[in-house]
Amino acid sequence: MSRIKDAFSHGKAFIPFLTCGDPDLETTETAVRAMAAAGADLIELGIPFSDPTAEGPVIQAANERALAAGITTDQIFEMVRRLRKDVTVPMVFMTYANVVFSYGTDCFLAAAAEIGMDGLILPDVPSEEKGEFVPACRAHGLDLISLAAPTSADRITRIAGEAEGFLYLVSSLGVTGVRGEITTDIGGMVSLARAANPSLPCAVGFGISTPEQASAMAAASDGAIVGSAIVRLMERYGRQAPPYIGEYVRSMADAVHRAGAAARGESPGCAGRPGPG
Amino acid sequence: MSKGRFGIHGGQYIPEALMNAVIELEDAYNHYKDDPDFQRELTELLNEYAGRPSRLYYARRMTVDLGGAKIYLKREDLNHTGAHKINNVLGQALLARKMGKKRLIAETGAGQHGVATATAAALFGMECVVFMGEEDTRRQALNVYKMRLLGAKVVPVTTGTATLKDACSAAFREWTARMDDTHYCLGSVMGPHPFPTIVRDFQAVISREIKEQLWEKEGKLPDAVIACVGGGSNAIGAFYHFIGDPSVRLIGCEAAGRGVDTPDTAATIATGRLGIFHGMKSYFCQDQYGQIAPVWSISAGLDYPGIGPEHAMLHDTGRAEYVPVTDEEAVGAFEYLSRTEGIIPAIESAHAVAHAVKLAPAMGKDKIIVINISGRGDKDCASVARYRGEDISE
Repeated sequence: MSRIKDAFSHGKAFIPFLTCGDPDLETTETAVRAMAAAGADLIELGIPFSDPTAEGPVIQAANERALAAGITTDQIFEMVRRLRKDVTVPMVFMTYANVVFSYGTDCFLAAAAEIGMDGLILPDVPSEEKGEFVPACRAHGLDLISLAAPTSADRITRIAGEAEGFLYLVSSLGVTGVRGEITTDIGGMVSLARAANPSLPCAVGFGISTPEQASAMAAASDGAIVGSAIVRLMERYGRQAPPYIGEYVRSMADAVHRAGAAARGESPGCAGRPGPG
Repeated sequence: MSKGRFGIHGGQYIPEALMNAVIELEDAYNHYKDDPDFQRELTELLNEYAGRPSRLYYARRMTVDLGGAKIYLKREDLNHTGAHKINNVLGQALLARKMGKKRLIAETGAGQHGVATATAAALFGMECVVFMGEEDTRRQALNVYKMRLLGAKVVPVTTGTATLKDACSAAFREWTARMDDTHYCLGSVMGPHPFPTIVRDFQAVISREIKEQLWEKEGKLPDAVIACVGGGSNAIGAFYHFIGDPSVRLIGCEAAGRGVDTPDTAATIATGRLGIFHGMKSYFCQDQYGQIAPVWSISAGLDYPGIGPEHAMLHDTGRAEYVPVTDEEAVGAFEYLSRTEGIIPAIESAHAVAHAVKLAPAMGKDKIIVINISGRGDKDCASVARYRGEDISE
């Protein structure tokens, strides 16, 4: 079992994302430790890209801030190396195809494996183009995470069948960003995915920002992914953001873990993590 | 290898959320491209509305002045809306209507594709939203006004470098959010499959006409066809029916901006390397970490950091040549063609004219060069005047 599946092995998983190097790598490193300590089950580290076409305005702006500060892929690798001295939570990179391809796909994945990363999410690589990246991921033992969208319809069966690690279910059409409500039939997508690949965890992302949304999405799947809401804290508090992010991640992770406990028929608050109040 | 490949280039590197939209588009295109009714309707639009076929004009004064090869100009500038862009837009708008779409979105650089899309939307009674880099809305204020006049909404894009690539990203994002009733009318031979093929097929009318018209006038093939290349739609249109004729040199002129040895350039073949961006594998201007480079050209229409995948393949195989042309050379050619032939070319097309001016004297008088004048230059007068230190108001 890869370390990614580990993230889902004791209930529902809370998966926070942040853009590396926004506003600087020291802050990213501190924030990642805060997220791990606050109960994150898997952490997505965004490597900034000049033209992040799947992102909404919040994460686009974070990418621009990080690149304006001169952040490079190699500097991010060094930060992960420092984190991996004591942080054991599974971590995956989220970036765009050109960042990996241009580095040299095999070199990138060799380095990612060597520093202790567990997987890779490329939002601009659909199932049709996975072949470009799968061999190097396999060779270096990283999972290439597949995404499924509300428009995937009958494609979900094939995508889930080929998926590794977990399946990233995109909750809503459009780009990343906070949404007031999520209307997609997540339960229907999860059923299709589970029928195709029963052992594959499914986590929902795009649009989630409140503990209530996270809890509902986790209840309907195996986990909740949150990006823009965290990046917004970074935008607001800058270098002072890590404690705020830690606090936010704790509230979200608790909500998700309680949904997990409820699904297992345990009473709320019995999952070993105290609930608020 | 996935679908829509040109050698190693092309493909469909897009979010999963868009896959069914491009599959739907491909199915519709495959259904209609050989449908006689669709083709009849499109031909009628091209002829009666856009004014095709465009003229192939013998540029006598230019030929005499340069003293070498005989020069013909393919007058795409005489099309309705003033550029080749209308060929593709009428095709895609017709296809979108057949698919039941009610809304067209588009990216635009110089504004020519935006104006063409707004025009087709007005003609077909469709809603239209055009994304344009904020920087370009300033450079091309007249075209912004035209699009609004035609009933389109123009959205200035402020992210990134606020130019064509960012407008393109914004249009992709919008399409991801709303594809049910919306067709993304992509303006060049780029993006994910099937766009490079669809746009090429709709622009291929240019080379089909050149071949017929030149045969009628000269009874032979041209020796060289020259066109400017950003994404490359007018160039692929001008090249396509000559690809199988090895005696015809195909020359694409890239925007070198202030020079290929400066950072202020948009010459992708000269300065870029293989990458994956905007749905396709091709050559892109980028840094060592794959960050897409800010590019520069006096021409907003060529100010794009990539090149269409079929051009990338034609470069790999050596079938076409790609040469850089600087702002200075293009402005010189803009003025030269205006004075010599009384034709003010788009600053984009002036890049092709500039290379022909270099090439023609070295070729024999029995040789023939065809330059694709992809658009008219009215839109560029203010910025060329500015380049020459003269401030005129539009």
